[in-house]
Amino acid sequence: MAGKVTNIVVAGRGGQGVLKASDILAEAAFRAGRDVKKSELHGMSQRGGSVTSDVRFGPQVLSPMVPAGETDYLVVLAADQVEVNRLELRQGGVLISPADIDENLLPNRRSLNVALLGVLSRHLDIAESDWMAAIQANLPEKLHEANAGAFALGRGSAGR
Amino acid sequence: MSKTDRRLLSGNEAVARAALDAGFALGAGYPGTPSTEILESFSELGGHAEWAPNEKVALEVALGAAFAGARALVTMKHVGLNVAADPLFTATYTGVSGALVVVSADDPGMASSQNEQDNRRYALAAGVPMLEPSDSQEAYDLVFQAVEVSQRWQLPVLLRLTTRICHSKTVVRARELGLAAARPHFEHDAKARVMIPAYARPAHRRLRQKLAEIAEWNESSPLNRIEPGEKALGIVTSGISYVHAREAAGGASFLKLGMTYPLPMEKIRRFAAGVQRCLVVEEGDPYLVEAIRAAGIAVEGKHEMYRFGELDVQRVRRILAGDVSPEPTPPRGKPPELCKGCPHRAVFETLGKLDCIVAGDIGCYTLGVLPPFEAMDSCVCMGAAIGVGLGLRQVLPAEQARRVVSVIGDSTFVHGGITGLVEMIYNPPPTGHVLLILDNGTTAMTGLQEHPGTGRTLDHKATGRVVFEDLARTLGVKRVHVVDPSKDPAGFEKLMRESLACGELVVIVARRPCLLAAKKIRAYQAADTGEGDGG
Ligand SMILES: Cc1ncc(C[n+]2csc(CCOP(=O)(O)OP(=O)(O)O)c2C)c(N)n1
Ligand code: SF4
Repeated sequence: MAGKVTNIVVAGRGGQGVLKASDILAEAAFRAGRDVKKSELHGMSQRGGSVTSDVRFGPQVLSPMVPAGETDYLVVLAADQVEVNRLELRQGGVLISPADIDENLLPNRRSLNVALLGVLSRHLDIAESDWMAAIQANLPEKLHEANAGAFALGRGSAGR
Repeated sequence: MSKTDRRLLSGNEAVARAALDAGFALGAGYPGTPSTEILESFSELGGHAEWAPNEKVALEVALGAAFAGARALVTMKHVGLNVAADPLFTATYTGVSGALVVVSADDPGMASSQNEQDNRRYALAAGVPMLEPSDSQEAYDLVFQAVEVSQRWQLPVLLRLTTRICHSKTVVRARELGLAAARPHFEHDAKARVMIPAYARPAHRRLRQKLAEIAEWNESSPLNRIEPGEKALGIVTSGISYVHAREAAGGASFLKLGMTYPLPMEKIRRFAAGVQRCLVVEEGDPYLVEAIRAAGIAVEGKHEMYRFGELDVQRVRRILAGDVSPEPTPPRGKPPELCKGCPHRAVFETLGKLDCIVAGDIGCYTLGVLPPFEAMDSCVCMGAAIGVGLGLRQVLPAEQARRVVSVIGDSTFVHGGITGLVEMIYNPPPTGHVLLILDNGTTAMTGLQEHPGTGRTLDHKATGRVVFEDLARTLGVKRVHVVDPSKDPAGFEKLMRESLACGELVVIVARRPCLLAAKKIRAYQAADTGEGDGG
């Protein structure tokens, strides 16, 4: 039977890097040897609409979609998307939002998504080396340094 | 053996990887969410992939390749199969010499579509064997199975995906040994491939004979799996519904179907007889439940309310419990809107200002229907802008008819609009007509694909280009204009007023690249002329 599955939802607005963040997260869990499923709806090019992406990992994952109200970690990239998605959280689930970091310390505004993954990483049993490998596999080389910095910022500042 | 090739792939990427490993010589298609990335990844992996002008042509190209003994893949979204239905229904008669795998990517819930038709019905109607994966691994494996079935029975095979299969990433282990590519070679066989009635009559009988054999084979094929569990509840399911149901009812017995046409009816009968309650869990239309009941097997289906939208774990729990109370509506997110700086904006501002009656079409520009523009009056299927606009013009009183404009995107014009333009010249309405082609140099809606009007191939290399203004002139339109409404809104408004008043046929090409594509287009052009570094 399937053991405990961790449910994470990443949410934000189109163009903010929601899908990139969930790709990195899924890849990190995958490298850590878990069964992983990641699901989202995409297709429309236009910017600005709401986007969410589900990542589930554990010994065995069945449905790729996080059942409503069973989200363990909700990572929201835009303050105005918090309320829309809050219902997804289970009781006792953790909300991670831009308020968790000092955005002024970001090496690059566009790496907010990776910084919030840094915050998330404090809660998950995934080695830092797997995170780094996942970041490198999903971003062009010229962005590696800035995103490693953003990740460290989030990882170091979690729980403030 | 030593190192297993384990990857995290979307269903689309898995199909592309399998097509490469299974020696497919050609992949053709037309973009459409959620299918688009299949050909893009196949091309990136080194496969021969082409965008056709539309799905019908794509299927015909793939059929030709399969007549020549090659393995060919054709991909499209669900509504694309409506366009390609004509060749499909007769390709099952002609059969193929190599292998032909038709991917239909359905969109239950309409994440990005104009309807939620259930293409499993096509398998039944056209007599084409159908396979349905539940995750990326199965999507990968079923491409090989499809090749086996297609080659053995010399029939096209439908690989039916849905949005969640296409776009979910799950773990895939690729095969270490793929299939060697076939060697294309032509053998005359007119009786098999020229469907005059005298040859088509026996061909239809041949098709039914093949389907009977496949049904027999499917009774014991490994594609349909019984997973024993409690006797109290048995669930018959397929595709994405399987994983939702497995999670919602872990202890139940399962019959998971991988080939859903023709169905292994005796296997289903035995399964149903062995459980106290037998429930069919399927997304969309009651396709399985109707077929199973028609075979005289008593099974329970889902309530009509679950025909609409996607299934998920929660909804399957409700189906199991027979819960038909209203479902909570999820809070509404922010709807998409045209990008700031989108070239379509200026067009809809003017159409709204002139109070036009807008026969619209499908693409980013369909967002012209929403505030602040609210300047679109119909949108049905790709290409319909022109026919619908002409029909309105033909019957409306003159003062209304004169305000009718057909608005269509560049990719959509090539896909389904050219025959509409021919109709406009052949049967001109008494008040004339105005056709506006929004040429933003790309298929933006589905993620910036090339098309024949861009003059670049799927992998962005220069090729022949269809020039809309030349085409319109050649077909006999006297008033043809090329403009950039964003650059000169006042000039565009003046031209629109004149065109609506003149009572003749007018084609206006509004040309300015999509904001998101502009930089890429410049890079491709630079690469073509050998000036750029390609980066
Ligand atoms: C038969 C069919 N095939 C594919 C699609 C998916 N689709 C919707 S609009 C569109 C093309 C949009 O391109 P274009 O007309 O150039 O407009 P743009 O989005 O660039 O504004 C496509 C491929 C569809 N709806 N129907
Ligand atoms: S993606 Fe291009 S065509 Fe679509 S809304 Fe944005 S700028 Fe306009």
